[in-house]
Parts: sequence; structure tokens; C-alpha cells
Amino acid sequence: MYNYPDSSGHFGPYGGIYVAETLMGALEELNAAYEKYRHDPEFVAELNDDLKHFVGRPSPIYHAKRWSLQLGGAQIYLKREDLNHTGAHKVNNTVGQALLAKRMGKPRVIAETGAGQHGVATATVAARYGMECVVYMGSADMQRQAQNVYRMKLLGATVVPVESGSKTLKDALNEAMRDWVTNIENTFYIIGTVAGPHPYPMMVRDFNSIVGKECVVQMPEMAGRQPDAVIACVGGGSNAMGVFYSYIDMPGVKLIGVEAGGHGIASGQHAAPLTTNSKVGVLHGNRTYLMQDENGQIIETHSISAGLDYPGVGPEHAWLKDSGRAEYVAINDDEALRAFHDLCHFEGIIPALESSHALAYAAKIAPGMAKDKVLLVNLSGRGDKDMATVARVSGINL
Amino acid sequence: MSRIQTTFEKLKQRDRKALIPFITAGDPHPASTVALMHALVEVGADIIELGVPFSDPMADGPTIQRASERALKHGVALHDVLDMVAQFRGQDSSTPVVLMGYGNPIEAMGWEHFATRCAQVGVDGVLTVDFPPEESHEAFGHLHRHGIDPIFLLAPTTSDARIAQVAKLARGYVYYVSLKGVTGAGNLDLTAIAGRIPHLRQHISLPIGVGFGIRDAATARAVAQLCDGVVVGSRIVQEIENSKEQNVVANVAKLVKELKAAVDQA
Repeated sequence: MYNYPDSSGHFGPYGGIYVAETLMGALEELNAAYEKYRHDPEFVAELNDDLKHFVGRPSPIYHAKRWSLQLGGAQIYLKREDLNHTGAHKVNNTVGQALLAKRMGKPRVIAETGAGQHGVATATVAARYGMECVVYMGSADMQRQAQNVYRMKLLGATVVPVESGSKTLKDALNEAMRDWVTNIENTFYIIGTVAGPHPYPMMVRDFNSIVGKECVVQMPEMAGRQPDAVIACVGGGSNAMGVFYSYIDMPGVKLIGVEAGGHGIASGQHAAPLTTNSKVGVLHGNRTYLMQDENGQIIETHSISAGLDYPGVGPEHAWLKDSGRAEYVAINDDEALRAFHDLCHFEGIIPALESSHALAYAAKIAPGMAKDKVLLVNLSGRGDKDMATVARVSGINL
Repeated sequence: MSRIQTTFEKLKQRDRKALIPFITAGDPHPASTVALMHALVEVGADIIELGVPFSDPMADGPTIQRASERALKHGVALHDVLDMVAQFRGQDSSTPVVLMGYGNPIEAMGWEHFATRCAQVGVDGVLTVDFPPEESHEAFGHLHRHGIDPIFLLAPTTSDARIAQVAKLARGYVYYVSLKGVTGAGNLDLTAIAGRIPHLRQHISLPIGVGFGIRDAATARAVAQLCDGVVVGSRIVQEIENSKEQNVVANVAKLVKELKAAVDQA
């Protein structure tokens, strides 16, 4: 039985708690609270109730028949996380963490966001539970995702632009950590991905694992069996861990994480630390594969999708790679865009650019597989937020 | 006896407290760092904390982050910082130098190689902000073997169990973070520090330095009365940032001289 992390938050050599002493007290408090409530019947009941009535779970699985036929090979099934309230899987986790914050007596929540999906999901639950909400977002990302910025503001959140470093997700995370350490008494930091210091990688995985749990029940109903492979995009890796987790102990199911190949691995402009076997290092509270220069400085990444534009990756993915349980590949910007348009065209579904990376990899391998093979792709989010980006790339000014 | 130990012993005999200024190596320019270090000693620095620039300084406020960015623009890497210490040691064999920074640049160099180089160039202590004791056993084993003191932070929120853990691993001195926040924040609570230090002393026999949020002579003096050493970082870095390049050394020297006088009055 797969049983990670260990009690100190390690996935093999990865993970751990690499933070300044000023945060250790808060992490101990969080760890204790999570251990107390994760199996508490009242907590679980409230969480499930909100997942059902507020988020709209369970999300369906959909057989993309026309697209599969077009590709001419394996049957592609989509886990429809794009149909969740707020439009992505991110809300599974923010509902969980906000309910925990409520029990811990923290009236203020903060978050970092890249594409804005986690920021929106956090602002949403903060409004739902009557909490103050501050979201840190790189100023470069704010330009790319102006609609999500406005959405967060509508929901009552304060969005703070981060101008330091590369002005993207990693810098927003730095800034949120600084806020947390300064306002530790009244503030809960809702991290949006399976990274950060323990217990975040485990807790965010647990809250998202509802995705895979549902798939295990739904796939036999839909396809008559479990899939041959589960495919998900990986930035920090929360949607992938969510859908992978229940399948880890089923050796017949391949797990494939798709990183952002950006302008191509050879260009150096990508966000694919696992695929490229980057050096292992320490950033944002955990040990993992990191895109860095020879002196240990974190380097700027590139992806067309802001949600995958991150130099590290959740420590559990690092461990699944090393242990051989999951395989990691990269899909370039242009391949992701092609899959984006194909899904619009053949299925009437506008996918998020992040999820389009997973779709593109499915489209790559499906034609070489028999027609009775089954691929399950986690369609982690919808693409409404990406209209401006896709239009711009297509030379259209909205 | 190590240079850090000797320094605190001598100060104790004279009933004085240590002034520990912090600068980021390579800020404002790699060529100015060694001169700046000598100038700090000239006006009374007892120990120098030398910041190793890092791209993602999570525990620092904007002032020290900008110093890191200025240094990184000049391409200052960990091996350059070690070379600066070697150059400093050419003329100063007695002032302790503590490297302060984040773990990843050391990880990239390799801990054993790093510890060997530290011993060669005359680094006395290493403070790795994001390596708490739980994650430090292997890494700091390398430092111990080469006679380099691992310096640890303690915070207002550190539990007794963890204070005891730090007491076992720490050498040289411990660095008590005087407020909840990042470096350079302004909400210093002297009463809280006064209440906390005697408690720390029940577990810690090493000298205790206090830092984060010390911004002027008055706060430096007040804090010095409560502990064994005063660390001043952001205020000095701010002086560097606000000075024309040709005035950096003179302006920083003037500021540190004032701080020294204040600490000596404590």
C-alpha cells in the first residue's frame, strides 16, 4: 500500500519543511489542526455537503467520441473538472482549507495565484464563509489574466500585484509567505498546489483526491473498466495528484503527468523540471526538482499557460517519477493550442490552456493505440479565462 | 577557541555587547563589498553577517530582496562570496564572518565542497534561513566537521521542544528574531523581547543575538540591554540603496558608528 508522506512530510528524499523559524510555529499549528479534523465526521460531512451543493460534485466523466474517432485510436474520456463552480479543480481544495481555517478561528485568508484560478477559488470560498481575502498575483500574470483579476475583485478580495523577481507565480508565493509570517495570528494561508512545506503537499492532494475517487467509481460505469492511462497536466501538480492518488495502487493504470514544454525543451524556455531532469533543490518550503542555474538561482520559466508557469513541482510528483510509478512528459505551447482548438471544434468544450497540455498528449498517443484502449484525461479547468491569450496568439484583437 | 567564541569572550570581559551588521555580498557592486566589510570593522562591527544573494528570499522584506536583486544583476554567485571573504581575510584575521542566506545555492555547490571552502577562506558561521533543525542534520554535519558554526534562528513562536533541539545543534551564537514578520519590518516590541530572552537562556548557553526591526541608535541600545549582540540589516542595506555609489562606504560607516556608540552605552 502506497503510504506517503512519512510523519515529517517526506516523499522519499523530497518534500519536508524548509522554512524560516518564523513559520515553524504556524506550520505546527496547521499540522495539528489538519490531523485533528481530516477524519472528523462533522468536518467531513460539512466538506462533502459543500462539494455537492456549492461546487456541484460529482463532476461527470464524458466520452469524447468524435475527437477519439478523429484521432483514430484509443477512446478518450474526460473528467469534467471544468464544470465545477469557478471553472476548475482548484475549488475542491479551497473549500477544504477554508473550512479548516474556520475551525482554527482564522478570519483572514491569503493566497497566491498564477492563472488566477486558485485566486478566484479562494476569493469565492472567502465570500461564501465571510472571510477577509487577500490574493497575491505577479503583475505579469495580472496582465495575462485580467478577467480573473476582476472576478476576484467582484468576489470581494483584495488583489495585490507582485512586482518582484519574474512577476509570476513563484514571486506571488514568496509575497504570500511574507504576509503569512507577519499576520500569523489571524491569517490562514491557502496554498493552491501540492507544493510548499508539509503538510501542504499532503493536504492539497487529499482535498483534490475526490477527483480520482470519483473516477474509480465512474470509469467502470462509463467504459466498463478502469482506464489504461490517466493523463493530467502538471505545473505544481495539484490536479494531477488529485486524479492520480486513487490509482497509485492499481499497477495496470499508467499515470502520465504532462509538463509545459513552452517554446520547446531545446529552447530552454519551458516549465518542465521533471521531464528535463532538472537538478534537485530547495524552494518554497520543500525539496524537489527545480529549474535553476548552475549557482542554485531559480530561473524564469515560460509557458503559454500561466497556471503551469512554475519552476518547481510538487514533491510527491518528484517521488512518483523517481519510483517509476508515474511518467512525465512535456507538451509545447503550439501542441497545446492545437488540442485546445480541436476540443472546441470536435466536442464543443473550451478547455483551459493548462488542461490542453494533457489533452495534447492524449492526442499524441491515442492514434498509436488500439480502439478498445481507454485514456482518461483530467480536464482540470475551462478555457473562458484564456480567451484573450488564445485570440492574441491567433492575431485577433478582442 | 573559534573566532566567534573569542569575540564574545572579549566583549564579556569588557561588559560590552556585540554589534553585528549585515550587508548583502555584491551590493551595490561586487567590487565594493570587501572595502565595505573593512569599513564596518573600522567603526566597530564585532561580527559581520554577509548575505549570500538568492533569487527567492522568502523570509526577507523588500529592502533586502532588492539588495539580492542588485547583486544578482552583477552575477554574484556563492563562489564569488567565498572569494570576497578570502580577500577580506587577507587583511583581517580576527573579525568573524557569518554567511547568511538560503539553502539552494549551497545545495547547488554541494555541502561538503561548501564547508571545505568556508574553512579555507575563513568563514566562521553559516546561517541558512530556510533550513530548520529538522532538515539540517546531514547538511550541518559537513559544517561541524570543518569547524564552521551553524547559526540558527529562534522566533517568538518557537516551542520549547524546538528551542531544545536548536540548543543541541547550534554553535557560535543563536539569532533571536525579535518580531513576527520579515526582515526590515517596523513593529518591534521591546517588552516582549525582555520577557523572552531569560526564557531562552534556560535552554541556550550560547550568546544570543537579536535582530529584525532594529532601525536606529535608540532601538539598538534598548535591545542591546536585553541580549549579547544586536544584528542590524535592513537599515544598513537601505543606507546603501539610498547612497550614491561613491558615498556608500562613508554613509554606511557613519551609520554603523552611531549604532556602535548606542550599543556601547547599553
